[in-house]
Amino acid sequence: MKKSLALAFLVFLSAVQFLNSYGVQRFPKPEFESGYIQPETLLPNPRAEALALMDIAVLIISLSVVSWLVIKKRSRNGVFWMSLFALAYFGFYREGCICAIGSIQNVTLAFFDHSYLISISAIVFFVTPLVYTLFFGRTFCAAVCPFGAMQDLVAFSPQKLGSRLNTVLGIIPYIYLGLAVLYAATGTDFIICRYDPFVGIWRLNASFGMYMFGGLLLVTGIFIARPYCRFLCPYGVLLNWVSRFSRKHITITPSNCIQCRLCENSCPYDAIDMPVTVKNPEDKRTMGRKLIFITFLIPFLMLAGGWTGSRLHEPLASVNAKVKLAKQILNPVTDKNQAETFEIEAFKSAGKQQAQVFAEASEVLHEFYIGGWILGGFIGLVFGGLIVGRMITKHRTDYIPNKGTCFSCVRCVDYCPVKLP
Amino acid sequence: MLCRGTILTGLAATAGVLTFRSVKGGNCQLGSSCNNCGKSGSCNLPEALLYNNTVWQLDPAKCIQCGRCADNCVMTPSAVKVTHVYAMCGYCDLCGGYLKPDTKNISTAAEVQLCPTSAIKRKFVEDPFYEYTIDEPLCIGCAKCVKGCGAFGNGSLQLQIRHDRCVNCNECAIARNCPADAFSRVPVSKPYLLQGIEAKKEEKG
Repeated sequence: MKKSLALAFLVFLSAVQFLNSYGVQRFPKPEFESGYIQPETLLPNPRAEALALMDIAVLIISLSVVSWLVIKKRSRNGVFWMSLFALAYFGFYREGCICAIGSIQNVTLAFFDHSYLISISAIVFFVTPLVYTLFFGRTFCAAVCPFGAMQDLVAFSPQKLGSRLNTVLGIIPYIYLGLAVLYAATGTDFIICRYDPFVGIWRLNASFGMYMFGGLLLVTGIFIARPYCRFLCPYGVLLNWVSRFSRKHITITPSNCIQCRLCENSCPYDAIDMPVTVKNPEDKRTMGRKLIFITFLIPFLMLAGGWTGSRLHEPLASVNAKVKLAKQILNPVTDKNQAETFEIEAFKSAGKQQAQVFAEASEVLHEFYIGGWILGGFIGLVFGGLIVGRMITKHRTDYIPNKGTCFSCVRCVDYCPVKLP
Repeated sequence: MLCRGTILTGLAATAGVLTFRSVKGGNCQLGSSCNNCGKSGSCNLPEALLYNNTVWQLDPAKCIQCGRCADNCVMTPSAVKVTHVYAMCGYCDLCGGYLKPDTKNISTAAEVQLCPTSAIKRKFVEDPFYEYTIDEPLCIGCAKCVKGCGAFGNGSLQLQIRHDRCVNCNECAIARNCPADAFSRVPVSKPYLLQGIEAKKEEKG
């Protein structure tokens, strides 16, 4: 009886040992006779906490300095040197992480996933530039964002694109923003970080694809100034809208515009609004017809977009890890020569139930279904807004920077012959 | 309807909610003990705010040694490298982490080594024990030795993110491709997670 109990105990012990390959020493640590001293496992410390505070301080100080240079000093030289500093610090020294553009995803994920621990730096990097923009316009874009600084340096021969092309390409950032929020909210991926063009250049270490994308943007940037900022940057969408409400914004002329047209071609970003002097008063009938058209157009576009988005929820969700795993379990590799995927291997070793994986995957799919409706509706709204924007002609007498798209780079100021007395 | 004040209030509310959540809802709880800063007892608000940064961590218990750490990191070579937990090591002559499985004679010759970059150094201690050390600059994090040691030995070789090399990307490129979901963000005070009986003693190093 005792013997069999002992045997059972031994079998149990060996089973435990078999299950836990880690944490149990199969071969006991030897007792050395030669006075051998066991070395210690070296574990280098991560970056000090205080340096994260320094990043926040540098962000706030440079935002303040650049805003002062733009609004008070109106100095292109000052902005230029500050942008070089931003490129050196946030770009090459901090290697592009942490950045305001990527922080959109951290903030989104923190709202949707309560277990996600968002760092204070991410919150500050998301909120502070928006607050400064609300008061001084997009001074963050001017010389604090390393992305902008990098592209500003290569804008040697900027060409005008024309308002139609600018409007059409300007839709891309909205779609990018919508997708980024959708993928961050579902905890799938941080696509802004994944397709970051310049981070590899700052680390002097990247994959071929990343170098190609970054290089292509820089080469394009010679002729089309700041292509990323204007036609890709998702954070730029938020800044654009906040900047329209800015209290103080850079003006081309310090006092009154004398219509000399000298500044007309000074803006590399097509952000100067030309005067629209022709008054074309519409009669009440066309105005009414336009109004009816708009009130039907926007809801229709939103519904159409939402429907399309919800149809696309499966392709959109197919990159989610949980959905991928469920698919692989449903369709196992039948080819004898091909080994099972690492995902299946990990799933088997983790000892999870198949039903649990399927339940999680269907939950993700449902999130994407709702997200698809919202994303599609949002894109429909953007399209509707653009059409409405092109239908309305605003009366203007002076050359003024467009408060939404102007990066506050202060180039146009030097072209204005009017000086303060 | 939409004006400067509304936007400002909205931004302030967002920042407030997120800050509150990151301090209170995360690992750190004001007024009670937590493991964020490593101190015992209660902490005040500035401290809680200061110690809320996070770094990436690899859980060796979840790791299946697929080898993707070697070529998915943004750094070349990878910031994930093998870490030798000496306290776990059996100092075996026939080391599953050092030698190829079908090796005929045990030696330090290149053709018998499992490591593709020869990053594991073998040194005689006393009969029949050998010490194995990692030449860290050479290690590419392919996990071949980890698999061997886990299968035949004590599992003293474990993959870890080396935080002197890791640039702490917002989204870790290896975590994205990890089949076992072994990567997670943890408070900066406890960046390493080693497996084993005496691993806790080692962590302080």
